[in-house]
Amino acid sequence: AANLKEVDLDAYKDIWVFAEQRDGRLMNVSKELLGEGRRLAEAMGGDTKVYAVLMGDAVENLVQTCAAYGADGVYLAEETHLSHYTTDGYAKVFTEMIEGYKPEIVLYGATHIGRDLAPRVAARLNTGLTADCTRLDVSVAAYKAYAEKYTTLDTSTLDATSQDRTLLQTRPAFGGNLMATIVCPKTRPQMATVRPGVMQQCEKDMTRKASVIRIEPALCETDIRTEVIEVVKQAKAMVSLSDAEIIVSGGRGLGTEEGFKLMETFAAKVGGTVGASRAAVDAGWIDHVHQVGQTGTTVKPKVYFACGISGAIQHLAGMQDSDLVIAINRDPEAPIFEVADFSIVGDLYKIIPQLIESWDDIMYTA
Amino acid sequence: MKIVVCIKQVPDTNEVKLDPKTGTLIRDGVPSIINPDDKAGLEAALRLKDEFGAHITVITMGPPQAKIALQEAYAMGADRVILLTDRVFAGADTLATSTTIASALKKLEYDLVITGRQAIDGDTAQVGPQIAEHLSLPQISYVSKFDHKGDHAIVKRTFEDGFQTIKVKYPCLITALAELNEARYMSVAGVVDANRSLEIETWTFSDIDAAPEKMGLKGSPTKVKKSFTKGVKQAGKVVEGTPKEVATALVDKLQEKFII
Ligand SMILES: Cc1cc2nc3c(=O)[nH]c(=O)nc-3n(C[C@H](O)[C@H](O)[C@H](O)COP(=O)(O)OP(=O)(O)OC[C@H]3O[C@@H](n4cnc5c(N)ncnc54)[C@H](O)[C@@H]3O)c2cc1C
Ligand SMILES: Cc1cc2nc3c(=O)[nH]c(=O)nc-3n(C[C@H](O)[C@H](O)[C@H](O)COP(=O)(O)OP(=O)(O)OC[C@H]3O[C@@H](n4cnc5c(N)ncnc54)[C@H](O)[C@@H]3O)c2cc1C
Repeated sequence: AANLKEVDLDAYKDIWVFAEQRDGRLMNVSKELLGEGRRLAEAMGGDTKVYAVLMGDAVENLVQTCAAYGADGVYLAEETHLSHYTTDGYAKVFTEMIEGYKPEIVLYGATHIGRDLAPRVAARLNTGLTADCTRLDVSVAAYKAYAEKYTTLDTSTLDATSQDRTLLQTRPAFGGNLMATIVCPKTRPQMATVRPGVMQQCEKDMTRKASVIRIEPALCETDIRTEVIEVVKQAKAMVSLSDAEIIVSGGRGLGTEEGFKLMETFAAKVGGTVGASRAAVDAGWIDHVHQVGQTGTTVKPKVYFACGISGAIQHLAGMQDSDLVIAINRDPEAPIFEVADFSIVGDLYKIIPQLIESWDDIMYTA
Repeated sequence: MKIVVCIKQVPDTNEVKLDPKTGTLIRDGVPSIINPDDKAGLEAALRLKDEFGAHITVITMGPPQAKIALQEAYAMGADRVILLTDRVFAGADTLATSTTIASALKKLEYDLVITGRQAIDGDTAQVGPQIAEHLSLPQISYVSKFDHKGDHAIVKRTFEDGFQTIKVKYPCLITALAELNEARYMSVAGVVDANRSLEIETWTFSDIDAAPEKMGLKGSPTKVKKSFTKGVKQAGKVVEGTPKEVATALVDKLQEKFII
């Protein structure tokens, strides 16, 4: 590998999105990244284009999906060795494409696949990679406005008129305690993994067209040094926390597995989805797919009910962007109350049944 | 079998609190621990040693106080511990960190390299795969089960929606999930030994073959441009009263916001 040397930045253009598919279905995060790519491309101006990079075996049918969610073009790499995700196969094909076509920005979903592939590709290309971003900016003015509104950052040194189009990659670290904005000034591409559920998809438009650039990947058996001998999909109840408008989450304060029965009744009443803290998941009361937080799902519903949840930083990391947070906790000092818009101090086993009851009253009299 | 385990000393982020007034991190008195995923990786190595016999080297890059993490690893059962420490290494992003660690690994023998999936402070999950790339090793990340089978291993690689069972020949690198196992405690004899007679090998820049411009801040393509905390949110409304009054007030509020 070459030294970290300055590259000709102007040789790189356009935004690429790793269009992650599993079993022939495009991951939601890839749709979100195509949407984010469009917004960045507009802010960058010029003729910046958004490309999806689609790899797999017989995945051409997803080209139209990529177009519908915002891709101007699709690099399509189909090969039998790409049918299952392997680090070796995907990293080789993707790196060669980047070296050949020189994108300015490459975005990956921060999934178990994206976080395996992206660092390997970055190391091979000797470029930087920012992990698990929750915000991307190419406009200093937009970044400044965000920082002023939502953070403690001293923005006096930020020049809102700057024409600098460096990618400003903002991410949480220290378990969500600290935010950092990272740049990659001297090497290209600028690459980031982005947390699922954070960026906005574009309105799906099946009439949009994308150009197709076919890649003929040169892969052989010996390129791939791992052998997938079994693929198991865990048939889990479909829980779509990231799309839910109302979430009712329960924590260790529920006391028993039975507590989740109450949560289900409550959720059914308010039209919500059941979430959970990690303590409740670790206790075995509910499956991990329900977990909200740093190591669970990031959610931003209209209403988030935190019931018997103390509000550990790792939990807050996954829900503090909810429009309205309602916390029920019997400890008036619980940290969850610091982020709650509505704080109810009391026993959830008294409050929630009452809420369920009042809900009906109000709904029928309204 | 020769195993190298990479561990990182991290602040226990569970204990890191925010100052609600200033929005800054309170780091005083926050204990340093071995990163949880790395501890599971070390435990996996120790189990291989117990069952099949193995020589385990534990390596960490960090400031001199990272010795404490190495003492703990030794007291748990590691055979050799190495501290990589030098000013030149400081300020590294993941690319420079992995370059430095990989350069040290080139001086060692290994069939298996184990890292944690992710460190709880930097939180990137990038260093493991990047070490694998520098050493041209096959990598398997997110490992939740590891079975040694002679010249190869059978591992369980988890995904959000399931898992793969993967066969991989040695040498290879895996990144361990904390779920892999329950790490053992230090043995009493190990602790005594670590305190009395353990000589921690300290390697500096001159002990590894690598270009200085590829390490530390200089060798890092990414820079932290700004760091800050989220704004302090205004405390919300506290509702009091009987459960019935509380419920009614809340439903009113939701209606007012056109949520229901
Ligand atoms: C690396 C890492 C990642 C993590 N990721 C996550 C994550 O993704 N998501 C997550 O949630 N956590 C995560 N955690 C764990 C987190 O630190 C906390 O341990 C966890 O969130 C605590 O869950 P809890 O609030 O349910 O439990 P507790 O902290 O035990 O809180 C229970 C609360 O219930 C209240 N209570 C008890 N009884 C009642 C009652 N009858 N009525 C009302 N209130 C009652 C108590 O006052 C208390 O505040 C992570 C930790 C680490 C180290
Ligand atoms: C706020 C903040 C944000 C950052 N964001 C980025 C970023 O987006 N991109 C980037 O490239 N750098 C970033 N960095 C720098 C990064 O944290 C350091 O390079 C760090 O040394 C390694 O990354 P990590 O902690 O994320 O480790 P991870 O990659 O999460 O660690 C994975 C495993 O690698 C091994 N390992 C990691 N570090 C060491 C070590 N020192 N010694 C031995 N083994 C080790 C351990 O087994 C560990 O479990 C950031 C730093 C800060 C302070």
